[in-house]
Amino acid sequence: MTNPIIEAEGLTKQFSRGKTTVDAVTDVSFSVDPGGLVAFLGPNGAGKSTTIRMLTTLIPPTSGGARVVGHDIARAPHEVRARIGYVGQGTSGSFAQRVRDELLSQGAFYGVPAREAKQRAESLIESLDLAGFASRTVQQLSGGQKRRLDIALGLMHAPPLIFLDEPSTGLDPQSRANLWEHILDLRTQHGTTVFLTTHYLDEADRYAERVMVMDAGRVIADDTASALKATLAGDAITLGFGSAADADAAEPAIARLADRATTRPDPTTVAANVEDGESLLPRLIRELDAQGLAVERATGVPPTLDDVFLALTGRTLREADAAHDTTPAAEPAAATEGAPS
Amino acid sequence: MSAVDTTAASSRAAGRSGARDTVNVMIRELRPVVRDPFSVIFSLVQPLVFLGLFTPLLIGTSGESTADTLAWFVPGVLAMIVLFGTGATGSNLQYEMMTGSHERTLVAPLSRASLLAGRALKEVVPIVVQVLVIVAIAWPFGFRPNLLGLLAGLVILAAFGVGLGSLSYALALKTKDREWAFWAVQQTLIFPLLILSGMLLPLDAGPRWMTVVSTFNPVNWVVQAERHLMAGDFAAAAVGWGVLAAAATAAVGLVVGIRAMKVSE
Repeated sequence: MTNPIIEAEGLTKQFSRGKTTVDAVTDVSFSVDPGGLVAFLGPNGAGKSTTIRMLTTLIPPTSGGARVVGHDIARAPHEVRARIGYVGQGTSGSFAQRVRDELLSQGAFYGVPAREAKQRAESLIESLDLAGFASRTVQQLSGGQKRRLDIALGLMHAPPLIFLDEPSTGLDPQSRANLWEHILDLRTQHGTTVFLTTHYLDEADRYAERVMVMDAGRVIADDTASALKATLAGDAITLGFGSAADADAAEPAIARLADRATTRPDPTTVAANVEDGESLLPRLIRELDAQGLAVERATGVPPTLDDVFLALTGRTLREADAAHDTTPAAEPAAATEGAPS
Repeated sequence: MSAVDTTAASSRAAGRSGARDTVNVMIRELRPVVRDPFSVIFSLVQPLVFLGLFTPLLIGTSGESTADTLAWFVPGVLAMIVLFGTGATGSNLQYEMMTGSHERTLVAPLSRASLLAGRALKEVVPIVVQVLVIVAIAWPFGFRPNLLGLLAGLVILAAFGVGLGSLSYALALKTKDREWAFWAVQQTLIFPLLILSGMLLPLDAGPRWMTVVSTFNPVNWVVQAERHLMAGDFAAAAVGWGVLAAAATAAVGLVVGIRAMKVSE
């Protein structure tokens, strides 16, 4: 039995803005076992970054607390800092510093002996594809190169736990895929626990072993991506017919067999969200055929995490992002950090 | 693997002190200076312009010799280097606060005091290099400072620079992402400090209120102390006031700066 590497209990953060109080994070409790890859998924302003900033000792919680790698974030922040890696939303390297220098300074900050720091810097430069740029200054790097340096800096002291806040935001698809390769490598090679925030659904879906969905400062779901999809959102099936009359006739049978409410995207089409759409779809087609109703078109689309978010909140992630961007309320601390480059 | 790292990290953390953190922060700040030493020389353009274009005017109006004019003017230019160089240094921190690299150092196991002190102490290196370069340039034109006085003058300028640099960092920490606010405050303060120090023109010619105000200007005392020290006049009262002004600036600067760093998020 292993002790959890993160134990958060009732984490709450309120920011005051003049006379109003903004609830950025409300009563968040969870624990994470060592070695996992956990993702916070949610729209901008959901409280993901604020939660990470509390766990990494950057800001004190208004109430509640957490133990991170065995130490209390409020009572022993220094001990927590020594044992975690952190890659924020911004650029970790200073603009005027050279890549290799910045890695060596980072090693010194964490008390890594000089010789060991040198070796580790070289191996990180190698493994994160920074070899061609090690003597360049940070301001000369491209966005993807900067981000890889950020990750390297977060790993200089080989922390058992690393926090990544929106690691792939602003990167082109190729750089994103490349970055993920590095993150996954890290886990297989060192068993590092990875805790990240993202608002890319596909990333959380593909890579995370556990997804915590956040909205309006609360964790509203917490499970594996496949379990979330199976329980919270069904497969979307649509059946198309030759005429509206056929569709009308088929709709009650579909509703009965699927045991779900049906919708009519257009007069000749019937749609439903169902469990286990893969096996239901052929069965539906056979049954309707037997009733003399010919199915002319059929689709079965497995759910995405966006469907999960929609089922949980009544809006899609994109809508939630758009709504936040027009009314910037929560996370004033994150707003001061500038956009990731 | 991770268990081993954790115990190693804890013994490392326990063995470290604020002094070592400060040295590590200072070393980091010095790396770009060492990598690109010309950046230190390039920032001398402004004092060189003053030296080259203002000295002839001073000679013309006072009628004194070049050597005598330089003996009066160069110590002021050296103080100007410190005033402009360290007064603006907070903008680097402000930029790092906006891009995210300052945040990275806040998550590192470094004492908050060391994050400020290491940056402020780093200022000593460019100050020493720049002062020596200016002295070397003025030398062929007849500037002959007392060498012991020059050394003592360097110590005063270094202490003053550490204090002023700390205040500049404090200003950056307070103004956060409002770059305009940093420069507005910095520019509003720096020119009155400059003119009321008698650095460019003697204040004796000005109205009485200016001389009164200048007695409260630490830059004025630093400039006067530099002039006396480089003339080999170690016993002058102004030297004592200069030492006091520099030491007080350093002490106040470090206290204010460290406090600002501790409350920053």
